[in-house]
Amino acid sequence: MTVVERREVALVDLLDRLLAGGVVITGDITLRIADVDLVRIDLNALISSVNAQVPSPFEELL
Amino acid sequence: MTGLRYVYAVCRPFSTPLQAQLTGVAGDPPRALTHRGLVAVVSHVPERDFAEEALRAHLEDLDWLTATARAHQGVIDALTTVTTPLPLRLGTVFLDDSGVRSMMEAREEDFHRTLDRLEGRVEWGVKVYAESGPQESARPAEKPASGRDYLRQRRMQTRSHEEMWQKAEAFSTRLHERLSAFAEDSRLHPPQNPALSKASGRNVLNAAYLVPRTHSEEFVEMVDRTKDEAPGLRVELTGPWAAYSFAGEDT
Repeated sequence: MTVVERREVALVDLLDRLLAGGVVITGDITLRIADVDLVRIDLNALISSVNAQVPSPFEELL
Repeated sequence: MTGLRYVYAVCRPFSTPLQAQLTGVAGDPPRALTHRGLVAVVSHVPERDFAEEALRAHLEDLDWLTATARAHQGVIDALTTVTTPLPLRLGTVFLDDSGVRSMMEAREEDFHRTLDRLEGRVEWGVKVYAESGPQESARPAEKPASGRDYLRQRRMQTRSHEEMWQKAEAFSTRLHERLSAFAEDSRLHPPQNPALSKASGRNVLNAAYLVPRTHSEEFVEMVDRTKDEAPGLRVELTGPWAAYSFAGEDT
């Protein structure tokens, strides 16, 4: 096993925290963006804009 | 610039000024809005990008999301050097300063309670990956001599994958138990999609641990000691983060 300590913050790690963590404020005083909708952003939709073709490591099983 | 107010975090008043060159989302330097013993860290953002519909559309745009997430994180990072911030969810936007103040009043007790709980704590991220390639590629695939041969090879391959999965899961469970016992709190995030992370191997554990700053070194050493425990697995440590995963009230 190798333990890797990353220097640069990876985008996925950031999104795990910024889109699913943090205090959620709801109510009429906000523009309601921080509402639950944000959690439901489909990262698969985002992946389509990532042009790298990353094959699944397990695709030979499919 | 007028426009809307983007709030990064709520914290206790701090005396050290933020770095002068710090820019937030949309390039506007964040400033402190103090109200009844709490500080909201706020930037002005243009309505054309941050009003509800525009923001929703932008969030589907990976480049925009990346830039905004990094700017948000930059401000939170700067705050962690001077205080313990309570980060808000990405894209928390108000119409004006008085909206921010109303929110601070409405959530005053929650904020104080959560800030007490998080004071002096940081978050560490630990991920476990099952490496896939090496074992197979190291053994050149024999050309199956017959259909039966082929099926036998497939079965063996499937079995070795299953074994590796079981091993990875057992290891992750043990590691998570050990780290949770040391940490004050823990959260499990869903495993990351390899197409987005571009990480090799399959992500089997994606966890966050809340650890007092003063015990961080010990925590990192604990993770580091797992190095020789299981071949074919990879452990990744990230942090220290502001306590994003522990900011919720449900703890």
